Amino acid sequence: MQDKLNEIEKTALASLASVSDPAAVEAWRVANLGRSSELMGVFSGLGKLSKEERPVIGQAANRVKVALEAALEEKAAEVKKAALEKSLAEEKLDVTLPGRTTHIGRLHPSTQQLRRVLDILAEMGFQVYTSREVETDEYNFQLLNFPPHHPARDMQDTLFVEAENRGDNPIIMRTHTSPGQIHAMRHFAATNPQDPPPIRIALPGMCFRYEQITVRSEVQFNQVEGLAVGKNITFADLKGTLTDFVRRMFGENTRLRFRASYFPFTEPSAEVDVECFVCGGEGCQVCKNAGWLEILGCGMVHPNVLMNGGYDPKVYSGYAWGMGPERQLMLRNKVGDIRYFWGNDVRFLEQF
Amino acid sequence: MKIPLSWLKDFIDLDGLSVEDVARKLTLAGMEVDEILYVGLSMPEYKDGEKHEFKTNGIGWDKEKLVVAEIRQVNPHPNADKLTLLDLYDGEQDQVVLTGAPNIFHLKGAGKLEKPVKVAYAKEGTTLYDGHAEGQVLMTLKRAKIRGVDSYSMVCSEKELGITDESDGIIILDDDAPVGMPLSDYMGDAVLDISILPNMGRNANVVGIARELAAMLGRELKKPDTKVAVSGQSVKELLEIEITTPEMNPRFVAGLIRNVELKPSPYQIQRRLKLAGIRPISNVVDATNYAMIEYGEPLHAFDYDVLKKRAGDKKIKITTRTAKDGEKLTTLDGNERKLTANNVLVCDEKGSLSLSGVMGGAESEVTDSTKNILLEGAAWNFINIRRTAQQHNLPSEASFRFSRGVHPALAEGGVRLGLKYMAEWAGGAVAPDLVDEYPLPPKDAVVDVTVTDVKRWLGIDLTLDQIAELLSRLEFKSEVLSDKVRVTSPNHRMDIGEGVVGVADVLEEVARSYGYDNIPTTTMADALPPQVGNPVHEWEEHLRDLLVALGLQEVVTYRMTSPERESRVAKHDEYVRLANPITPEKSVLRRSLVASVFDSLEKNIRYAESFSFFEIGPIFEPVKNDLPKEPHKLVIVMTGLREATAWDVKEPPTMDFFDLKGRIELMLGGLRLSDVSYTATESYSYLHPGKAAEVKVSGQVIGAFGELHPLVKEQYELGDSSVLVAEFDLGTLRAMTPTYEIKSIPDTPPIYEDIALIVDESVLAETVEALIRQTGGRSVTDVRLFDLYRDEKIGAGKKSLAYALTYQAEDKTMTDAEAAAIRKKIVKRLEREVGAVLRS
Repeated sequence: MQDKLNEIEKTALASLASVSDPAAVEAWRVANLGRSSELMGVFSGLGKLSKEERPVIGQAANRVKVALEAALEEKAAEVKKAALEKSLAEEKLDVTLPGRTTHIGRLHPSTQQLRRVLDILAEMGFQVYTSREVETDEYNFQLLNFPPHHPARDMQDTLFVEAENRGDNPIIMRTHTSPGQIHAMRHFAATNPQDPPPIRIALPGMCFRYEQITVRSEVQFNQVEGLAVGKNITFADLKGTLTDFVRRMFGENTRLRFRASYFPFTEPSAEVDVECFVCGGEGCQVCKNAGWLEILGCGMVHPNVLMNGGYDPKVYSGYAWGMGPERQLMLRNKVGDIRYFWGNDVRFLEQF
Repeated sequence: MKIPLSWLKDFIDLDGLSVEDVARKLTLAGMEVDEILYVGLSMPEYKDGEKHEFKTNGIGWDKEKLVVAEIRQVNPHPNADKLTLLDLYDGEQDQVVLTGAPNIFHLKGAGKLEKPVKVAYAKEGTTLYDGHAEGQVLMTLKRAKIRGVDSYSMVCSEKELGITDESDGIIILDDDAPVGMPLSDYMGDAVLDISILPNMGRNANVVGIARELAAMLGRELKKPDTKVAVSGQSVKELLEIEITTPEMNPRFVAGLIRNVELKPSPYQIQRRLKLAGIRPISNVVDATNYAMIEYGEPLHAFDYDVLKKRAGDKKIKITTRTAKDGEKLTTLDGNERKLTANNVLVCDEKGSLSLSGVMGGAESEVTDSTKNILLEGAAWNFINIRRTAQQHNLPSEASFRFSRGVHPALAEGGVRLGLKYMAEWAGGAVAPDLVDEYPLPPKDAVVDVTVTDVKRWLGIDLTLDQIAELLSRLEFKSEVLSDKVRVTSPNHRMDIGEGVVGVADVLEEVARSYGYDNIPTTTMADALPPQVGNPVHEWEEHLRDLLVALGLQEVVTYRMTSPERESRVAKHDEYVRLANPITPEKSVLRRSLVASVFDSLEKNIRYAESFSFFEIGPIFEPVKNDLPKEPHKLVIVMTGLREATAWDVKEPPTMDFFDLKGRIELMLGGLRLSDVSYTATESYSYLHPGKAAEVKVSGQVIGAFGELHPLVKEQYELGDSSVLVAEFDLGTLRAMTPTYEIKSIPDTPPIYEDIALIVDESVLAETVEALIRQTGGRSVTDVRLFDLYRDEKIGAGKKSLAYALTYQAEDKTMTDAEAAAIRKKIVKRLEREVGAVLRS
């Protein structure tokens, strides 16, 4: 019997050597360790053995069983590993094939830029104030210190709305968001006419000019204005605020310069140039080799405008500035054609 | 305004400053230099990495290679009739130069010239513009044989030197040009193209710019010398002036010069005028333009003999008055102008002579035969000039200046300067005196400025003496009193107001003189106003985010459209109409966003397989003779494939009604709105009557959506797929109260079960679901339709609705028996109420 067990073990282990796939492993297990295997036959025949033989043979059979099981385990792991290696070697994707996509949504580039601007302003305490797009001449010009027929009106070619009997106060498409300055000041002043509260607002919105639509000019465009009014606001504060804003907007090392300018509703007025962020001031197509980009107009709110808003210019002062989000994008992303914005060509929109 | 640097140097010493230094000073002080055009002076060479400051253009002239030379003899070319050979001396040696210039041709074969002709001579290897090429193309002079004659150098034209864009011959320099001198030393220049701000009309001249520069540099302004020798009878005996409306014409000055000889101006004068953008005409006309560009006072020259004749040899009487409506005047451009009562005329007793401040009349203009000239320098109301120039579409150098305000004080100096230049360039004798009618001298503004004003408005600490010094640089009279500076505006500017406005005006001058770049940058110390945000704006932004998250692309379209464009979707009779539209396509303000978004879709339809667009913005509802209403709307438009195609995905299905409805459900859910209902509607003409729904929240209509009506779709080229469109009124939508409560996640296990019910086609899915939920109560936590099925077995006019139900108890584990009991109740109720049959 002992020899038989040795023979079983020897034969089984020998046949295991040629096993190389999971099915053969299972077949070997059934053949050598299964219920009807020879080894199991030895176990089931133990009862027929003598009292003396039984433990001896039982022990020996058990040893063979343990040995075969260990060999099986080892083999199974080996086969599994080989199979895995084989499948890993075979399952090769062309990873350069395009992925499966979906249709994704996007904000219009102007909205995206408006948000960038308004987010920064919000952090600086400037809260959004919006007002209407169709305006009266009074709010768009007169209260902002543009008298009728003033040459400064040449700076803003105006679209007029058909209306009768309006005299010197025709209805027009707002040429800038500045009428909102008057609306806002009057709104806030009304809350406490004796001692109007300070104001810090951002005025975003669509503006309109009588301009032919070309690569460089549009009949409508967005503007964002900032307005601060209080009892202790100076031109130096304006410089400080805009320096902070511009650095947040265009990078912390952005150089900027303030140069004297003219707007009827500010005094003093200034134009702010930033060093060209495309070429770093070395000269390129975007800055027309000038090294600087005109980015916004600003100034101290004109005394007449403060008065028209219900704020006494002897007590209050303020500053305002305005800029164009589409222009900023055109400069920043080298958009070569302003008509792209309202053209809504998906091939443009997808790039933002 | 274009100003040659050489002209500026007549009035200020610019030693030690580069062209860029000058341009920078001007730019920062409000006279923005848009471009520097080099015309001879050497251009800056930027090294790699060096910062630029200005847009530059033009050409520098090589000092070695471009010199003043003289032509001593003009000889014929042996082989070409149209060419000549010039014997020329360049200051070092004789040269033979070949030219085809027509303006030297008449001297051909005349032998040795008695008076040599001074020219600009370019030696071999000079780089300049090609005179024969279109536009400005650089070339270098190389040795060549032209018709058998050696050519290595040339005599230059203005185009070749970059002085003008075109020229028809070589430059003939003034006789006193020094032979051999480098041309760039003799007349090398740089032109500053300066933007004149509307409030800086005073600087639309060379002296004005020089004055500003002097102030910014702390240098001295050399004032123009207007002294001139006079002779003959005083003009006062020959002429009188009457001003009928002083507020339109505060001052009128006239002077006389006799016996001028009309001919071209000296070349240097012509060159400066050309660089300033003025076409030289004759010495007399050039003198008026030159004096205007230099001094800022527009002048007008009359042929004195014409006036004298019209006066019948009696004393001439000039009257200025407003025109009569319908009165006519032929201006010197040959056009007959119909005038209106707001136009102001210069007249004599016979009638009108000129449209004042804008353009002269034809009859009295200076001609080739003019001998004696009456020169006018006047002051006009700037608003009136602006309106007149616009009315007659006559922008001119004169109206440009007058419409920005020319101080009446300039009239006298202007006339004197004009007469002086005429005498210099055209000979003649200036008559003694001027006739000067000055009924309305402007009051110089007087403003008191304090140290506190400067601190409060500008944020800088200056003493009264410092304030006075900064202002006196700009020629303000500044008197330091105990606690303030009393400032009087100089008599060349009209932009300083009175009172609190005057203070701000003066503070701007303090800031400019101090230098904007010297003002510190400070952090605001003023109180931060209460931070309350802007709920309406923030809600709209939130809505945008929701829609983007749902895969929609935002578009922004034109507010302007035409009734025709919109009528494809819906016809409106009333519009906000523009009085001056840029094009008929954009003649009204939109009544609807739908048409605008369709326009965008139509343009894009070929460029993608699927579109989901939305726009949020105002429409404009007209109110007669008043401001329109501007309600904000949301429009969603979808069409095309439901999913993106891929290389292993067969063409996915196209979107239909339910794709849009799903987005709307998610959007309203995102807005936390509950109690939403959808009702079939036929009342939207642009929607398919069988595939349209009205959306209500708590019974209130907030919008509608559906498939585009086939007849509307036909109006567009939108491809084959269904087009889905939704429109919401944002004001109404925003007013809906959101309900927002986070439910806790139950600890108890749910039981999932599907049931399928057969109902009549007419039974709405909404009804079935509502019955399930009502009957199930709190134990049925979710009801989801997962299948809609029709076939013959079920029967005609029937449909099967399959629902996935979730049963769950709040506080214990629900048993199968309990779930079955609920289900039984649900099925019974459905049988009873809508005749439903449970499918097994």
